[in-house]
Amino acid sequence: MAMTKFTLNGRPVEVTSERSRMLVWVLRDELGLTGTKVGCEAGLCGACTVLVDSEAVPSCSTSLGDVAGKSVLTIEGLTVDGKLDPVQQAFQDHHAFQCGYCTSGMILAAWAFLKKKPKATRAEIVAAMEGNICRCGAHVRILDAVETAGKAMGGVR
Amino acid sequence: MRRRTLLQASAGALTFFFTSRVSAAPIEPTRPGAYAEDFNAYLKISADGRVGCFVGKTELGQGAMTVLAMLVAEELELDPAQVDMLLGDTDLCPWDLPTGGSLTMWHTAPVLRGAAAEARAVLLGLAAKALGASAAELAMKDGAIWVKAAPTRRTTFGALVQGRKLARHLGKVKPKPLAECTVIGRRFLRKDALAKTTGAAKYAGDLRLPGTLHACILRPPAQGLKLATADTTAAERIPGVRIVRDGTLLAVLHPQPDTARKALALVKGTFEGTEPDVDDARIYQHLVDKAATGQRVMNSRGDLAAGEKRAATVVEAEYRNAYESHATLEPHTSVAKWEDGRMTVWASNQSPFVFRDSVAEALKLDKDKVRIITPFVGGGFGGKLVGPNAIEAARIARQVPGVPIQLAWNREEDLFLDGYRPAAVVKLRAGLDAGRGAITFWDSVVAGVSQGEAEFTYEFQTSRYQAPAVPDLHPLKVGAWRAPNAHTNAFARESQLDALAAKAGMDPVTLRRRLATDPRLLHLLDLALEAFGWEPAPGPTGRGIGLACGAWRQAMVVAVAQVAVDKATGKVQVLRFLEAVDVGLVVNPDGARQQVEGAITMCLGQALSEEIHFKGSRILDKNFDTYLLPRFSAIPRIQVVFAENTGMATQGIGEPPVVPVAAALANAVFDATGARVTHVPFTPERVLEALKRLPAK
Repeated sequence: MAMTKFTLNGRPVEVTSERSRMLVWVLRDELGLTGTKVGCEAGLCGACTVLVDSEAVPSCSTSLGDVAGKSVLTIEGLTVDGKLDPVQQAFQDHHAFQCGYCTSGMILAAWAFLKKKPKATRAEIVAAMEGNICRCGAHVRILDAVETAGKAMGGVR
Repeated sequence: MRRRTLLQASAGALTFFFTSRVSAAPIEPTRPGAYAEDFNAYLKISADGRVGCFVGKTELGQGAMTVLAMLVAEELELDPAQVDMLLGDTDLCPWDLPTGGSLTMWHTAPVLRGAAAEARAVLLGLAAKALGASAAELAMKDGAIWVKAAPTRRTTFGALVQGRKLARHLGKVKPKPLAECTVIGRRFLRKDALAKTTGAAKYAGDLRLPGTLHACILRPPAQGLKLATADTTAAERIPGVRIVRDGTLLAVLHPQPDTARKALALVKGTFEGTEPDVDDARIYQHLVDKAATGQRVMNSRGDLAAGEKRAATVVEAEYRNAYESHATLEPHTSVAKWEDGRMTVWASNQSPFVFRDSVAEALKLDKDKVRIITPFVGGGFGGKLVGPNAIEAARIARQVPGVPIQLAWNREEDLFLDGYRPAAVVKLRAGLDAGRGAITFWDSVVAGVSQGEAEFTYEFQTSRYQAPAVPDLHPLKVGAWRAPNAHTNAFARESQLDALAAKAGMDPVTLRRRLATDPRLLHLLDLALEAFGWEPAPGPTGRGIGLACGAWRQAMVVAVAQVAVDKATGKVQVLRFLEAVDVGLVVNPDGARQQVEGAITMCLGQALSEEIHFKGSRILDKNFDTYLLPRFSAIPRIQVVFAENTGMATQGIGEPPVVPVAAALANAVFDATGARVTHVPFTPERVLEALKRLPAK
């Protein structure tokens, strides 16, 4: 069986899934990492957002072949030695979630954006998060959390 | 993490709190339909002194887990973090009503707090005996009890309970007076915060039971059709595929969820049955015509005809609601396992005991042969009060003993199989007197929903409310959607009052003040106007500010919205939204605020964009490309103000803030443009239509 190699949360992995298999299923089904959620399977809701070489992508619409040799970061890889990432910490502090089903994707989308632009304006944050749906209506808190996290990541406007 | 500890402890050799009936079944059976009277059903103290709390509610995201822990912590002098919550397991938790209708704080909270108060009294009594002091001489904090005057004379919950099998019940014990409360009214970290921000929180689809097969069900193209024939040959060529049939249910099983879905696409089915001759444009006349065959006067006051004669200003209007989906971000999902004559279902649900009973009924099993376990739930909003997904999973699992079956609907199935917020038509005729201080008549005829919450704390001189008692009114499946009936009727009522005020040349707030019979409403209006900084004037003023009021049980809400309307495109951009809310005593202020913010945000979609499109009973919306939920760019500045009303019992807050949202937005659109939108959702197309109806200046 052909193996596909990539880096997952900082460690090399080899998986047996077919290269055409969508990454979300490789993560959830083959690797058992269920923090990445399935919401629409069409790249419309952002619940399955993961980072591929630090870019936020919908893992429901990204094949395993697309990430071969690349670096994938999921929500499980964001906490290092039990210490929350500043974005996770800000989401906690602001209670920027309700049901939590969108939260992994929100945090990773925000993380990718803030890495590039920690000093973002509110309008820029809104634009960056537009692809992620929250049904419970935690939007205002999510925006507040992203602002706070940006400051914590060195971006004081 | 704590949750697992507690689960293991519950099944193992834990010494249960003051119960003489420790057995394999940890909870004595409680009468269905009644809350357990024995506080042991809700609270258990383990040998290490940790307090476990068992409640038949579920954590939908609304914070039940946190606020219920706060109540226990309050009475037992703990931090909420010291209370381990186990929710929604029908074997381990006492019977409860669904997690819906804002019932958690209204029904369950007083029961749980009473149980905790009783436990506190029992613990103090035991400690008094152990320490040789009177209960009044003792202090309690963080699981320890000591003599105030001699703090070294101390004991702990664990030490008091360990090894004892006591069944001491003092009966009703009063909870602590509010002045002595140290937990109620404070902000605590949500108990689900760590799990949800690290990806550790498990939802039904995240369970990984060994040997699980993923099921995908063959669906008809339209609601109501049944499977007639199926050809599974091509699907069965895929290695690992199994086909299960139970009547007209056909499922493809595979160890991989995506392969099961691909295999399902190879199954060819034919279906039988007829579709209704209706669509999303003709539904309103359909409802009116069908309702007319069985309209009943539900409530009537005074001589309506005489009232109409006294009217100087009359408005007649029809208000419409489209079908709307719950569209929880987590689609309906269950894992079911049939083993040793028992069906266990891990289900994404709002009502574990309803699910248990309906699974038992569907499978013709005794209720005690079914267990519902509830992981974290990815949103409910009324959509997970009933359990078609769990029933399907259980029917499939019944065919493959010992094999866990995971059934995760995809988005298309979720939109297709949901029980929608009913489409509705509310026809109102109403009149205002010449003095502009009284509604002389109010005639309401509803089709599609009930007259629930149609009335409000306004004085109308004469009124009549009609609603249909007609079976199968709806051609599509409908259900309870957050504040059912109430938000539909409030949209009509509050729009109509604004229309009357505008026609009579008065401002919309003064009219409401003159009609208000409850000083709480007057207070909320003051709060709302002051916080918003708004001087009402007769509309349309062009400022785009609108107000609406609403109620759910005793809870009351005043909403103020400000919008900008693009007259070229019809797009409504909400700039500000404020709610002033009176839900009685607020136990968890941050949690309550979250519910209000969430309701306002969710209802932006309800008011502006969310609509199920259909033809016959074919649902045309398959995903979020046409079923449009509010996104970040739609979010206004949101303000929430609570009335200090600690004397009134906590009312619950899932529903109330939903009620006036659409009406406040419609009134704001009128104030901005002079055009009245009467059809929810008021999409850009409907706003443009309303603008076109304006008389040329």
